[in-house]
Amino acid sequence: MSNTPSDLKYTKSHEWIRENGDGTVTLGITDHAQELLGDLVFVEVPETGTGVEAGGEIAVVESVKAASDVYSPVTGEVIEANEALADAPESVNDSPYENGWICKIRLSDAVELEGLLDADSYATHAEEEEH
Amino acid sequence: MPFIPHTEDDVRRMLDAIGAESIEQLFDEIPEELKCTSFDIPEGLSEMDVTAIMHQRAAQDANGVCFIGAGSYDHHIPAAVWELTTRGEFYTAYTPYQAEASQGTLQLLYEYQSMMTALTGMDVSNASLYDGASGLAEAVLMAVRANRKSKSRRVLMPRTLHPAYRKTVDTIVRNQNIELIEIPLDRSTGKTDLAALEAYAGEDCTALIIPQPNFFGVLEDVDAMTEWASANNLVTIAVVNPLSLAILKPPGEWGTDGVDICVGEGQPLGIPISSGGPNYGFMCCKKQHVRQMPGRIIGRTVDLDGKPGYALTLQAREQHIRRSKATSNICTNQGLMVTASTIHMALMGGEGLARTASACHANTQTLVEMLTGLEGVERCFDTPVFHEQVLTVDVPVAEVLHSLSEHDVLGGYALADDYPELGNCLLVCATEKRTEAEMQKFADTLDLVLMTHRKAT
Repeated sequence: MSNTPSDLKYTKSHEWIRENGDGTVTLGITDHAQELLGDLVFVEVPETGTGVEAGGEIAVVESVKAASDVYSPVTGEVIEANEALADAPESVNDSPYENGWICKIRLSDAVELEGLLDADSYATHAEEEEH
Repeated sequence: MPFIPHTEDDVRRMLDAIGAESIEQLFDEIPEELKCTSFDIPEGLSEMDVTAIMHQRAAQDANGVCFIGAGSYDHHIPAAVWELTTRGEFYTAYTPYQAEASQGTLQLLYEYQSMMTALTGMDVSNASLYDGASGLAEAVLMAVRANRKSKSRRVLMPRTLHPAYRKTVDTIVRNQNIELIEIPLDRSTGKTDLAALEAYAGEDCTALIIPQPNFFGVLEDVDAMTEWASANNLVTIAVVNPLSLAILKPPGEWGTDGVDICVGEGQPLGIPISSGGPNYGFMCCKKQHVRQMPGRIIGRTVDLDGKPGYALTLQAREQHIRRSKATSNICTNQGLMVTASTIHMALMGGEGLARTASACHANTQTLVEMLTGLEGVERCFDTPVFHEQVLTVDVPVAEVLHSLSEHDVLGGYALADDYPELGNCLLVCATEKRTEAEMQKFADTLDLVLMTHRKAT
């Protein structure tokens, strides 16, 4: 059973969002997503300063099987990217919610967070998708 | 497995799903005049009739001694190259679908990649592309993906680059929101005008294309151009003649760190001119860009028993996995051409290629000495060249070439159509195949032709 921390928000496309309390959020992919992808060999993180729109592509995670897009559920600007993933993409597998974070985004509109899933809803969604 | 075609009902349902009325509608971006409406295919012929027709057609090819270069070169190809290439084991031009079942093909491609990286001084090579010109277009798209710091999608393309390459790149990238900016040539040297390049210093540009040698055979200041591009955060794309790299500094060593991407036309390495094709393109890059490189890459690994084996690698961004988001729609390649090239390079070795390249350079020097000894013929640029040289003549070039061809001399390429500013200029080339006697015949015939034309005017 995948780990789905209750203090985070989630998307149907398997990203998680952590509110940092200062108008910024941290984004990554869920434990469930990394399990589906298998061992990651490369993570293409966004450049700092890149503007993102809700629903837009923000990163690419590549396993030996496939390269998949990561989408931002919020509008804003990338203020920091996890450059350590360049040398250690496996962090996303080993520690999807901590060391495997992908980037931090300064929010343009905090209201967008309200549309995100909570842990229970996401867990249900992920389970339904399995079937 | 039997071939099961779609039923009309299947087709209808698929069209409905994507909201298209007909299959024809899917192709409506192709101009009407380019669509074939009828095919004039005659009834079957006997083998004897076909042989006769083929002889007739072959005879239509210009017979003569070739002094034309301009992107396709008349080199000696050892007989063993195509004898081996056309063996049944190799004789398929297609990338195998069940790739890992074809270990021999994969090993050959792996050897090819190793040779190309040795020749170019780059970290990695793909398993080839269609040809040099479309390979450059792929390199431009790759540079735009790779240079994530640049937002402008502006690519600097020297006017000294092969005109057909410039047109091909324009055709392929024009509708992809990429701007191509032409960098003028220095009329006195035949090189790219570095002062014109400097005008873009400090601006947001994405990539710089660096041809070596350029279309005029002239050697560009590749170190200076590479350094300038690095200092201004441009991705560098070298376009090179692979044979020249046997004696010239490889792109991997240009400037301080070498170029980012290197492409070119593989034809000089064992592929006959054959009325213009098929050829193949090669592409190499720095390791840091390998995930943005289009096409197939073969890797060497070990199987469960520890025996060496070959496999496709870094496929995650190819179209069979990434669909519309793939790095490129390149899937098949010019496999048979690459096979010939690999055998050619293996036979020639580094030393053989270097001696061929040196012989081409020396022959072209000899030819140019002979021709510029004639009245009315001069060097257009007094700049070092590889194996081509631009000459000016004092009568109209097109007429000169026509008269020469009547004497079985294919006397070069007229530059006027592509470079109106070089209206009376002729691009000549003498490969290692040209003998002293052939060059003397060219000089004597040209002398005669020029005199005749002067009298006529």
